[in-house]
Amino acid sequence: MPIAVLTLLRLHETMVRIRIFERRTEQLFLEKRIPGFIHLYIGQEAIAAGVITQLRDDDYLTSTHRGHGHMLAKGADSKRMMAELFGKETGYCKGKGGSMHIMNFAMGVLGANGEVAGGIPIAAGAGMAIRLIRKTDQVVACFFGDGASNRGAFHEGLNWAAIYRLPIVFVIEHNCYASTMPTTESTSVKDIAVRAAAYGLDGVTVDGNDVLQVYQAASEAIQRARRGEGASVIEAKTYRLKGHFVGDPQKYREPAEVQERWASEPIAPFERYLSGIGLLGDAERAAVWARAEQEMGEAVRFAEQSPYPEPEKALADLFAVDAGYDY
Amino acid sequence: MAIEMTYADAICRALKEEMAKDPTIFTYGEDIAKQGGIFGQYKGLLGTFHDRVIDTPISEEVIYGSAVGAALAGCRPVVEFHFADFLFTGMGAIVNQIMKIRYMAGGQGHLPIILRGPDGRAKSAAAHHSQSVETLFMHIPGIKVAIPSTPADVYGLYKTALTQFDPVIFFEHKLLYALKGDVPEEETYIPFGVADIKRPGADVTLVATGRMVHESLRAAATVAQADGIQCEVLDLRTLVPWDKTAVLASVRKTGRLITVHETWRRAGWGAEIAATVQEEAFDALDGPIRRTGARNVPAPFSPPLEDYVMPSADWIVEEVRETCKTHAR
Repeated sequence: MPIAVLTLLRLHETMVRIRIFERRTEQLFLEKRIPGFIHLYIGQEAIAAGVITQLRDDDYLTSTHRGHGHMLAKGADSKRMMAELFGKETGYCKGKGGSMHIMNFAMGVLGANGEVAGGIPIAAGAGMAIRLIRKTDQVVACFFGDGASNRGAFHEGLNWAAIYRLPIVFVIEHNCYASTMPTTESTSVKDIAVRAAAYGLDGVTVDGNDVLQVYQAASEAIQRARRGEGASVIEAKTYRLKGHFVGDPQKYREPAEVQERWASEPIAPFERYLSGIGLLGDAERAAVWARAEQEMGEAVRFAEQSPYPEPEKALADLFAVDAGYDY
Repeated sequence: MAIEMTYADAICRALKEEMAKDPTIFTYGEDIAKQGGIFGQYKGLLGTFHDRVIDTPISEEVIYGSAVGAALAGCRPVVEFHFADFLFTGMGAIVNQIMKIRYMAGGQGHLPIILRGPDGRAKSAAAHHSQSVETLFMHIPGIKVAIPSTPADVYGLYKTALTQFDPVIFFEHKLLYALKGDVPEEETYIPFGVADIKRPGADVTLVATGRMVHESLRAAATVAQADGIQCEVLDLRTLVPWDKTAVLASVRKTGRLITVHETWRRAGWGAEIAATVQEEAFDALDGPIRRTGARNVPAPFSPPLEDYVMPSADWIVEEVRETCKTHAR
């Protein structure tokens, strides 16, 4: 499948922006400038980029606790994202969500989610609204990890999507660990995509560090969903290059294993490919990284300069119409 | 003018009227479309709105969690939970998603979701089909709680719930679905948070919801005739929000308060009402507030065991006599 030059460059830039956002975030957290827990997307950038750059503005996605990459790929403003990580009033959720729960419904991001597999039922509901009630050709991309594929919601959700032929692309980001547990010990199958067959859905396993493979698989799945032909499952195999969270002592794996996996991280090979076909010279590549550094630097400044919400704002936003009763 | 109809038919009427006006309302859950609900609470709905009344697999986590996605994608889902007991199998989706996502998003979007279904005891349904769990949903912030006692109330509260923008859970007592009562002929909307005096009285305030309103009314009739005690039966109708003003006003009039619920007595919602009244109207009380609720065991199967555990009009009569005897004015 030929991919437009602009698309190839956009995939690259998206991955770089995510990588730089995450590097900044890691540093800020270690310097204790960001509160809470941080789960980094470093090493998995090709998946968000490969799938989400093909979604329309009015398509939906559900994300995970490791969701910064999905938000950025869907078009989020890095300033408002960073402000949310800082807990500031200018953040996407006005400081009520934080890193693990960034959402922007207007952009179609129906939530990062603190509950593993929490987004799967939500995606199923968006799919129902689209297919059964509003009857549009929108699509839902539902991201989750290998750990989520062992939860009941995954099995209920795939069956549900199949029986109602919902326009959902389930994307399993198989990053080899569910928190501290290796997938090889937690999961009964080597390729999780085979579970799709149990529910009568098409499932495919791709190299999740190869953005073009992800793009190709997602293109087919998204078009199928848009044509009203139902849901599919894409398993994108990748590797979580960082700990489960920033500060994770990682007693469950050897540093050598991680070191070895860095060789197959997704960005450098794609840059070599782009360079090989004459699309990305050294100067252009350096410019993309520099632009991303500048963007994220500005995001950090914006976040730091933004005010915290007034404490009593903690009592707002629970209900659309507050009846004025005690909390 | 009023029309006599059952509690179940009153719900169907509200759904039909609002579904006709709003094409984004749809309803789904187990056994509701072809069967019309296991208590007939969806009877006739499929015939009128065949593509908006949907039978689902037994997949509680997705049944509940999908309501969030459907709402955020522009619809008004009305979701059947089948039995209140089975809320627990999908509780993560309710408590962590439905009840929190708007807040966590900083107030973005609307979640006009209705969770509804039967709760409470039947006759020997035993511990997996008899629970009243409304207190849990009052305790955890994020959902409005309705627990209506009459056809007119359930009709009017549904009308309101179907036209507002927040998650609501309706607890519909199994033994009330067949109850008949007058419902206004014209469309009416009952606001949440407004209690209704089902029987006025000057001596003792009985605060109740759902089926216990009827048990309280029976008890009130008994003590009025046998003892000359006048109970005021105050039906809260909704627990979130609950009508504090009405409760305090009644207690200031009677000086005595008994809370009545079918859910367990220990840490039941009656304790919240009692605590609030002693905080805000201690001076008005002539004696200790009393609480009536189920004994703190799961619902047993055998009829004499179940009757021993579940509150009834007889229990309330005893409570009323006790509080009037010990704390005469």
